[in-house]
Amino acid sequence: MTSKTHVKIKNLSVRYSGTPALQDIDLDIPRNQVTVILGPSGCGKSTLLKSMNRFLELTEETTVEGSVFVDDEDIYSPYVDVTKVRNKIGLLAQRPFPLPMSIYDNVAFGLRIHGKGRTTNLAPMVQYYLELAGLWEEVKERLREPASSLSIGQQQRLCLARGLAVEPEIILGDEPTSALDPISARHIEKSLQNLKSKYTIVLVTHILRQARRLADNVVFMYLGKLIEQGPSEQFFNHPREELTRAYLEGEI
Amino acid sequence: MKFKWNRRLLWEQLMKNLMLLSFMLIVGSLFAILITVIQKGAPAINIEIITQIPQGGYYLGEGGGILNAIVGSIYLACGGTLIAFLVSIPIVLGLNVYARKTALASAARLALDVMWGTPSIVYGAFGFTCMMALGLRSSLLAGILILGLLELPILVRTMDEYIRMMPFEMMESAFALGATNWEASWAVVVRQALPVFATAILLAFGRGIGDAASVLFTAGYTDRIPESLMDPVASLPLAVFFQLSMPYQAVQQRGYAAALVLTVIILTTSLAARLLSRGLSRHVIK
Repeated sequence: MTSKTHVKIKNLSVRYSGTPALQDIDLDIPRNQVTVILGPSGCGKSTLLKSMNRFLELTEETTVEGSVFVDDEDIYSPYVDVTKVRNKIGLLAQRPFPLPMSIYDNVAFGLRIHGKGRTTNLAPMVQYYLELAGLWEEVKERLREPASSLSIGQQQRLCLARGLAVEPEIILGDEPTSALDPISARHIEKSLQNLKSKYTIVLVTHILRQARRLADNVVFMYLGKLIEQGPSEQFFNHPREELTRAYLEGEI
Repeated sequence: MKFKWNRRLLWEQLMKNLMLLSFMLIVGSLFAILITVIQKGAPAINIEIITQIPQGGYYLGEGGGILNAIVGSIYLACGGTLIAFLVSIPIVLGLNVYARKTALASAARLALDVMWGTPSIVYGAFGFTCMMALGLRSSLLAGILILGLLELPILVRTMDEYIRMMPFEMMESAFALGATNWEASWAVVVRQALPVFATAILLAFGRGIGDAASVLFTAGYTDRIPESLMDPVASLPLAVFFQLSMPYQAVQQRGYAAALVLTVIILTTSLAARLLSRGLSRHVIK
């Protein structure tokens, strides 16, 4: 059952009201590794990421062709329950958007909607996930306070804890540190590094140094096309494509 | 550097003063209204007028009070607001979660705006026509229903305008956890908009309790306090109208007293809604 490939993208093309955003993407994302999607802004990185948890359909007039398999199941099949897909795949957004409720309830929300909490005591689980996201020590005295009272960096870790609480297998990060100060960004990076033994992580970033620190595999996108992919070491040291080289050297 | 007047600075100064002027106009009007009502109505306010229903000869200056209208107005406005609120919640969520940015949603918004702008006498006439067709007399129930209809667009559009401005990423964060539309609505939209609900309810309640034309035909007028939903019911705006149109000064003064009672009810609910709104915004994400 646990094959090496966790997410398989086949012939994926995406259009926003007619304008192509992704063209013929084929990509295998390996299990329990960090795959980083690199590329200049507007190249389709986020679109590719959002194709994996079916977030594209939240935007009007988006057409998706091709298929995305998670654990060999086509998530775009009409027989698939989209909430199950998203339960399996957590998302860390560019800017943290806590839910308008207390710190505790932010983490408990996911547990509750997926049917826990009626019979079990959620408090130890909430603590566990806050610890996993490296936030517990800072908030253990103030769990009932509104989530908006946290700093932006803490909010992003809260969002991570909230996402982990629904026990996903895959974590998607859409430039999750871009709104954060350097220290908070480090916190998030460290958490992601700790998590990669248990989760498949797909990270969009345009920070090359971050990609070098975190990536096992790198995918390079340019103008809606997948240009190059490979193991991190090979990608950064021996890029095959001219475009990749130009990007790594800061020319594009 | 020496300070020198120029056109840009003059313009700034002008705009600032205009703003001050408009502020004084608004606050000044409010105080002018309050002072008039208090001056003319306060002398007629006493225990009797707010605790008794009209006695024989009340409209000629004899004893009694306007308790029938006070109770009637509270029944009408509370009932109407409650019904409108219950109906508005699914409409607001429908507009913003289920039918987001569809042609249906924009058509619904247009319809609601037209409803908002429709004069209340038209609502009254419409209600009256319906009652004629059904063979019903004017009653508390009919008044409540027509006020509910009158208040509905105010509630929906006030909440809707606020919810539309909410960043969609907030909804997305609930969707990312595998929430359904319904769960995301409760987790995000309703909680985030709670303070606005209080404001919207206040606006609608104020419009409902102060409206005379829509209840004129539908709720009727009576000197008694209704004992069932099918009884006709008095209301404060009509109490003001009927008493002010009497040719006796003592009765006219009671009309102002009724207006004062109405104003006090609205001021109290405004302040209460403000406090409530502050309490409800504890968890709101800014």
